[in-house]
Amino acid sequence: MTGRKRHAFSTRLWHWINLVCVVILFMSGLNISNAHPYLYWGDYGFRPAEAWLSVPRFPGWATIPDFYSLAQARDWHVLFAWPMALILLFIWVAMLANGHFWQDIRTRRREWQVSEVVRDIKAHLRLDFHHGAGKYNFLQKLTYGLVFGIILPGMVFTGMAMSPGLEPSFTWAIELMGGRQSARSLHFILAWTLFAFFVVHVLLVILSGPVWQLRAMITGRNPKAATPAGEA
Amino acid sequence: MANVKRRGFLAAMGASFLAGCTKIGQTEAGQAAFDASESWHRIVHRFLGNGRLVKEYDASAISPTFRGNGTIDPDNAAYRAAAAAGFADWRLEVAGLVERPLSLSMDDIRALPQRSQITRHDCVEGWSAIGQWTGPQLSLILDEARLAPEARFIVFRCADNLNGDDYYESCDLDDAYHPQTIVAHQLNEEPLPIKNGAPLRMRIERQLGYKHAKYLTAIEAVASLDDIGKGKGGYWEDRSGYHWYAGI
Repeated sequence: MTGRKRHAFSTRLWHWINLVCVVILFMSGLNISNAHPYLYWGDYGFRPAEAWLSVPRFPGWATIPDFYSLAQARDWHVLFAWPMALILLFIWVAMLANGHFWQDIRTRRREWQVSEVVRDIKAHLRLDFHHGAGKYNFLQKLTYGLVFGIILPGMVFTGMAMSPGLEPSFTWAIELMGGRQSARSLHFILAWTLFAFFVVHVLLVILSGPVWQLRAMITGRNPKAATPAGEA
Repeated sequence: MANVKRRGFLAAMGASFLAGCTKIGQTEAGQAAFDASESWHRIVHRFLGNGRLVKEYDASAISPTFRGNGTIDPDNAAYRAAAAAGFADWRLEVAGLVERPLSLSMDDIRALPQRSQITRHDCVEGWSAIGQWTGPQLSLILDEARLAPEARFIVFRCADNLNGDDYYESCDLDDAYHPQTIVAHQLNEEPLPIKNGAPLRMRIERQLGYKHAKYLTAIEAVASLDDIGKGKGGYWEDRSGYHWYAGI
């Protein structure tokens, strides 16, 4: 573990800036979705009959701005894409440099054994958040790894793949994703996967001790043995 | 009881966050941040793209139909009459900051060297269609008209009037001179259908659909967009605040 702090300054800074960005991106994204609430696979798609998913209309209380405006929602969305992407790059550099990734998030082969995974799942179901010397248990490492490695960068790349102005530079990436409409579908799926993570994350923070967890993520203070080493 | 209060508190927090965002978005500082972000996207896109082309597809990728959006049948007598005559007398004026203003007939346009490209059209709403477009590069027409050195933007005038305002669009010289920026008179090897902009429309392939002005009547070189329309550079830009740079 690095230093006496539970969370490094870089982690705490990233966590809260990322939260603001992701909330704004998600809610403005729901407004954008209302403009054409149909998802397709492949390069093209415009006929609702060919959509693989007809998305429900999102109400004003869930969107930014709180009324339907594609233009204003796009203003928010493409503005907050900047800090979200840049701080994601920052946290990757920081956690590779300060060891957070190598020590706390990287899984070891031993942890992938079925019996170990089952034991970890059972412990979670019992709401038993005690775990050994490591900072995070296996499910946490796996989840954070997916969020850092797949979901957040995936949001950025699928977003870039939808931009016609980037198309000359990212033709290969668009083809890799199976076409622009596939990138748009993946953008949507990843956004809701991130939302699901958010719900579980907040729930587990509440169950495992929200006060010290929040304090640790704001001030970095390490609760030591006073509270169970925990989840979040 | 405490739970109800807490729920009420959370709902109030959520509502004030939303109201706050909506308010901030409408302030001058908010607008300045949005404009700055739009410019950064343009600068980064241009830097990374370095003038390269967008993907051109095989004929097999062409979508079975090509959706028409916005105006799909201009509702004015002059256009109706032109359509009834098969657009035989349609003229494309080239004016503004040019040394040699032009008035091109459809035959003049068809006599220029042609470019044919199968590209994807991305609407700001989110959908895409693929079609084959044919017509002369805009750069050929601008070179023939000899652009004045002070010209910085190209304005596209259109025959359609949407909700009481004449449709128009504009782009900078980087897009005007991009090899895939063409004045299309054909879609999928047929004259343009009315819903897709007959008899002439712009293709500005590195930007979203609303930039690809349909029912094109004139091309005008200008030094500034301030005095055109309401000054934002396009119909949707003026009317609803859409991005002028629609590359994202």
